[in-house]
Amino acid sequence: MKILAYLETLDGALKKTAFETITAAQTLAKQSGGSVVGLVIGSADTTQAGVYGLADCLVAKHAHLEKQSTSAFAETIAQAAKAENADVVILPASSTGKEIAPRLAVKLEAGLAPDTVAHEIAGGDLVATRPVYAGKARLKVKITTAKKVVTIRPNVFTAKKADAAATVANRDFAPNLSDSHVKATVTSVSRNTGKLDVAEADIIVSGGRGLKGPENFHLVESLAGTLGAAVGASRAVVDAGWRPHGEQVGQTGKTVSPTLYIAAGISGAIQHLAGMSSSKVIVAINKDKDAPIFQIADYGIVGDAFEVLPKLTEKVKSVVHR
Amino acid sequence: MQTKYFASCEILCLHSIFFCNFVFSTVYISTTETTLHYYLFHTFSGEPFSMNILVGLSQVPDTTTKIVIGADSKAIDSKGVKYIMNPYDEFALEEALRLKEKNGGTVTAVTVGGDTAKDVLRTALALQVDKAIFIKSDSADSFVIASNLAAVAQESKPDVILFGRQSIDYDSFQVAPMVAELLDLPSVTMTSKLEINGTSLTAERDIEGGKETVSASLPAVISAQKGLNEPRYPKLPDIMKAKSKPIEERAATATAARTEVVGMELPAAKGKGKIFGDSDGDISELVKLLHEEAKVI
Repeated sequence: MKILAYLETLDGALKKTAFETITAAQTLAKQSGGSVVGLVIGSADTTQAGVYGLADCLVAKHAHLEKQSTSAFAETIAQAAKAENADVVILPASSTGKEIAPRLAVKLEAGLAPDTVAHEIAGGDLVATRPVYAGKARLKVKITTAKKVVTIRPNVFTAKKADAAATVANRDFAPNLSDSHVKATVTSVSRNTGKLDVAEADIIVSGGRGLKGPENFHLVESLAGTLGAAVGASRAVVDAGWRPHGEQVGQTGKTVSPTLYIAAGISGAIQHLAGMSSSKVIVAINKDKDAPIFQIADYGIVGDAFEVLPKLTEKVKSVVHR
Repeated sequence: MQTKYFASCEILCLHSIFFCNFVFSTVYISTTETTLHYYLFHTFSGEPFSMNILVGLSQVPDTTTKIVIGADSKAIDSKGVKYIMNPYDEFALEEALRLKEKNGGTVTAVTVGGDTAKDVLRTALALQVDKAIFIKSDSADSFVIASNLAAVAQESKPDVILFGRQSIDYDSFQVAPMVAELLDLPSVTMTSKLEINGTSLTAERDIEGGKETVSASLPAVISAQKGLNEPRYPKLPDIMKAKSKPIEERAATATAARTEVVGMELPAAKGKGKIFGDSDGDISELVKLLHEEAKVI
């Protein structure tokens, strides 16, 4: 299968999801006997993609792409997929990728498997696995159309460096766009400066009711700071107004799959577990030894988060030397 | 008032025929003349307009549901499952009601689903939506669902189409952008703030590590994120009254699915974790294991 990998960029550099997309695309190309071509939109340094084995990359440029309109991005990717005769288009299931992919699928008359965590080729068909019911179950979906669109969940397909780095050959791609392709446009972006987002973090330290009050969240922030981690929160403390909604992990918050998830003072309501159970390593700190969070924890401390967190932060400092 | 509204519009339309050809000809290539008429109507009449709002609602298992896989291993066992309105759809519905309160107009709620999904339309009727449309379909394919919703919109030509950002059952996040693409309309997903002035909208949407401000013109498709508003609850007398209100039933479109479920399984069970007490020694041991065994710090 010929696979087109859409590589996301930020400020002229490839994002981490781009390398994950390359890895997922190459794995699929190997299984199906095919090749991978990358696609970036706008100016970006693609050198780093070669480290992950990408040798061929389209660079799409057009004045209509400057306003970050997802409808114009979708049209560009659709035209590139047709020009390259791609069978599969892979995108990250990021906030932008999730908006582009459904439009792209309609344009290509393709079936879409969203937010996938594994792919296999079975009898010539692409079968994707994806978490449903916020991770309480896994669904295997076969795409039944000739053209296929797949988005991949961030942080799941670990980017793999190639044995020998490739030199990326960039090819200019000029999409044919008109004003009608530019629909909703981005007028400004505000970033939480100096604050990692749970959706992108490798390590998350989350706090819940066990912290007793918003004034004690500095204990969570302190451990997070030591680990270079993002701060997360349970629904209970977000609903109580202790923490902003952007930090909420769970079924009505963000679904995360970091390398390390530390849950402090969170009992583990099913909504919360749904949002974080696919984390690679889970550490639970809770004073109730029967709390559900311990059932999915790899490591646990039965104790008051209020007392355990400062000690844990001190001991972590001696290991990470940050 | 209504007569004047129409009269002024007719004149404007006549005046605008040439104008519209170059201003809007590229905007609505694939849509109908009626849509073009709509656009002129609202853009140039300069009169307050009443808003035609369509909101898509779905029914999902309650968030506390313990998932049991069904006998066919392709869906969940629905026995004993309590079904609710998709939580994100509550924000979409609330926004629809607020837009109507502010601008006047009508709110139509539409649901595509199995028979029990009509319950969410009863809730919507109790919250005073003007019309409820039910399309029976057991399809789990997002394209089939989006096509059915787009067909309703094609007919009623809403100014604003609202959805929840995703249904919390299949978590696909596909329907809103698909409907927008099928109708050739702008879309904003994960909307946490929405302002509509005349025929233009400004929305804030959540992105990784921040927020994005997006602008677009109506008609548009919006998907709601938590935080957009605080949904109201239906009052008991309204719940009672809603039971006898009509729900219009429509046949599903003949759309072929583009995906097929081949299996559903529970996630692999985790082995028993290593659980410690809270002594200094215990905490040291944990840090040592995270560093040396799990190699995550």
